[in-house]
Amino acid sequence: MAPPSPPSPAAALPLDVEAVRRQFPALAQTINDQPLRYLDSAATSLRLRAALDAARSIDEHDAGNVHRAVHRLGIAATARFEAAREAVRGFLGAAHGDEVVFTAGATASLNLVAQGLARTRLQPGDEVLVSVLEHHANLVPWHLACAERGARLVPIPLDGSGQIDLDRYAALLGPRTRVVAVAHASNVLGTITPVAEMARLAHARGAVVVVDGAQAVAHLPVDVQALGCDFYAFSGHKLFAPTGAGVLYGRRDLLATLPPWQGGGHMITSVAFGEVRFAQPPARFEAGTPAIAAVVGLGAAIAWINDLGWPAIAAHKHALAAHALAALQAVPGLRLLSTAAPRVPVFAFTLAGVHPHDIATLLGEEGLAIRAGHHCAEPLHHALGIAASARASLSIYSTAAEVDALAVALAGAAALFAGRGRS
Amino acid sequence: MNPALAALYQGVILEHAQAPRHQGPLADATHHARVDNPLCGDRVTMRLRLSDGRIEAARFEGHGCAIALASASMLAGLVEGRDATEARALGAELERLLGDDAAHAAADRARLGDLVALEGTRAFPTRIRCATLPWEALRRALESAGS
Repeated sequence: MAPPSPPSPAAALPLDVEAVRRQFPALAQTINDQPLRYLDSAATSLRLRAALDAARSIDEHDAGNVHRAVHRLGIAATARFEAAREAVRGFLGAAHGDEVVFTAGATASLNLVAQGLARTRLQPGDEVLVSVLEHHANLVPWHLACAERGARLVPIPLDGSGQIDLDRYAALLGPRTRVVAVAHASNVLGTITPVAEMARLAHARGAVVVVDGAQAVAHLPVDVQALGCDFYAFSGHKLFAPTGAGVLYGRRDLLATLPPWQGGGHMITSVAFGEVRFAQPPARFEAGTPAIAAVVGLGAAIAWINDLGWPAIAAHKHALAAHALAALQAVPGLRLLSTAAPRVPVFAFTLAGVHPHDIATLLGEEGLAIRAGHHCAEPLHHALGIAASARASLSIYSTAAEVDALAVALAGAAALFAGRGRS
Repeated sequence: MNPALAALYQGVILEHAQAPRHQGPLADATHHARVDNPLCGDRVTMRLRLSDGRIEAARFEGHGCAIALASASMLAGLVEGRDATEARALGAELERLLGDDAAHAAADRARLGDLVALEGTRAFPTRIRCATLPWEALRRALESAGS
């Protein structure tokens, strides 16, 4: 008799969304007597109770500084801080804990790597390839790096569906290409970019691959080794943790080639007026007291995600994204900037006759929190020929009912501006 | 619609936003300036034809939300035919209307005409900039060297 087969991970129990929602204290509020429908998770996710509790217990109990104190508070804080590093290592599939640098956020991570690569890899006439769909956080640091070194910033174009145009990307890679910087997922279009293929092509030319994972980490499992990227950046606050902490993953051998970014305590091995010796990574890049509570909160958020499991999370997001695509496309006058699939549940759109800023104000007063503007992706909006868009972005705590309320409110906003609505 | 929203999107605002007046090019403009709002991507260019310190014509171009369009439409209409000095005084009055509480109380509403409707933005701090963007473009146009 054959032994019973182990349960398949794909057969995971469906996500209990109501139970998930109870773990996010901010959802308990009302706006103008309407329930909060938080549809702006791409800007910042709501904070998880367990992450907040972990952070608070640092500040209320294990309140010492990390890596310095020999007293019990410092020992406890350091142990929890380093446990968070190990949690991030596992979360990203990194080979070594010392490949995980804690920063102030994805923006700080990308500035760190851009300035480090500028000083070590960029010469006049060299090229940095950056995709058109980038958030300014993965564009402006490269602009600064190129300006400083006399290098060229080259846009990687998109195809008609809002995806990286791989053929044209491959043609852009050349002997002067030193860096390729790309988002893992677009904060506007929701597209998931072909990072692994892009990295393979870039490495064949000897270029370094930097990935902005800010919009991906809450939605899909990341394996930096499978992706083959050299650097990967994200922020804790987009992963249910408090603001103030971020991560830069860097491949061990490459991280070791980067010069210090900011000088200060902890990033040295010895200091004299004549000579400063710098610590090995990650300490070399962690000058000063870090956001200890936020980092420990991030570790707690990752533990919670691991408990839920990606199969259940992915199934929920997939169903939600399909529902949202259908519901939004049914709104008269609404045009989605991208209908790409698979995608992260981020939906930017325009609504005929109503400016995005007006949509966001009208909906905001009904408790529907959405974003309007260019979402820090101005070149993408230029490429699409529009000045601004509205954006609804969903997360693990989002429901189909919230999406339906959004669709109804959008139809109401369109009617108001067409002169047919309530006055 | 709640009272704050009704005040923000009152009839005169929606009318101007849906059919802006004084919008378009001004071929013989003597002064012009463009202002962007990086928060939402709004952009307003204000063009003026000045003669002996008098604004003979004011036209705006650009794109923006209902508040920005209505503000530009009303402002251009209000300053046409006035001296640059008067236009600056109107702008200062608008800034008082949308400024801190003390200044707001002192604002001379009567001089502002329909622009008073922009008062509705006070309940939405991120939208005040939408209302003042056209005035900033006008102010900078007046400061421009002339062309």
